[in-house]
Amino acid sequence: MYFGRVVGRVWSTVKAPQLSGHRLLIVQPLGPDLQNRGKRIICADCVGAGSGELIYWVRGKEASFPFLPQEPPLDTTIVGIVDSVHLKAARDPATAPGREPKRNNARKPSRKA
Amino acid sequence: MLIGRVVGELVATQKHASHEGRKLLLVQPLNLDGSDRGDAVVALDAVDAGVGDKVLLATEGFSAMTSVGRPASPIDMSVIGFIDHIELLPGVH
Repeated sequence: MYFGRVVGRVWSTVKAPQLSGHRLLIVQPLGPDLQNRGKRIICADCVGAGSGELIYWVRGKEASFPFLPQEPPLDTTIVGIVDSVHLKAARDPATAPGREPKRNNARKPSRKA
Repeated sequence: MLIGRVVGELVATQKHASHEGRKLLLVQPLNLDGSDRGDAVVALDAVDAGVGDKVLLATEGFSAMTSVGRPASPIDMSVIGFIDHIELLPGVH
């Protein structure tokens, strides 16, 4: 998979019939430093990514697998929206960044007096 | 397969269901002399690797999917091992 950012969208009205209904997004590949790397590409989308979002995409035949049993003629598909990037080793897994604190499942106190 | 170094971890809550429960690693592919080989890639983790580890990277769909146990999934890269040592013939770089 490859890391990038959605920077635009493409509309196509006349296309292979298997492609109807697929959103086509323009993706700028990025490095770990979030700087642009290489040229922009067109990707399909299976997670509802939007403009400006950090994403990762898959390339090759695997790009059609999110849409099984249909096999649309796609070679790049966005398969995840990236919330955050961590470039340093997490020393203590319990306090690693990006890990949510445990939810308090205790019952809320009743509002009745 | 390629040798690479894990340079980061990605956090993604909205992703394809087949990626759930596996770490997402940013991996910089390396040449045998340790220099960078192209741009960093995103790989699913099959061996519990972390930032700084030198790893073996599967860069093709079938091997990547089977290593994380998710056949017929949109996965084309995975970390499938740790590199302990590299030995080369003299004169080979």
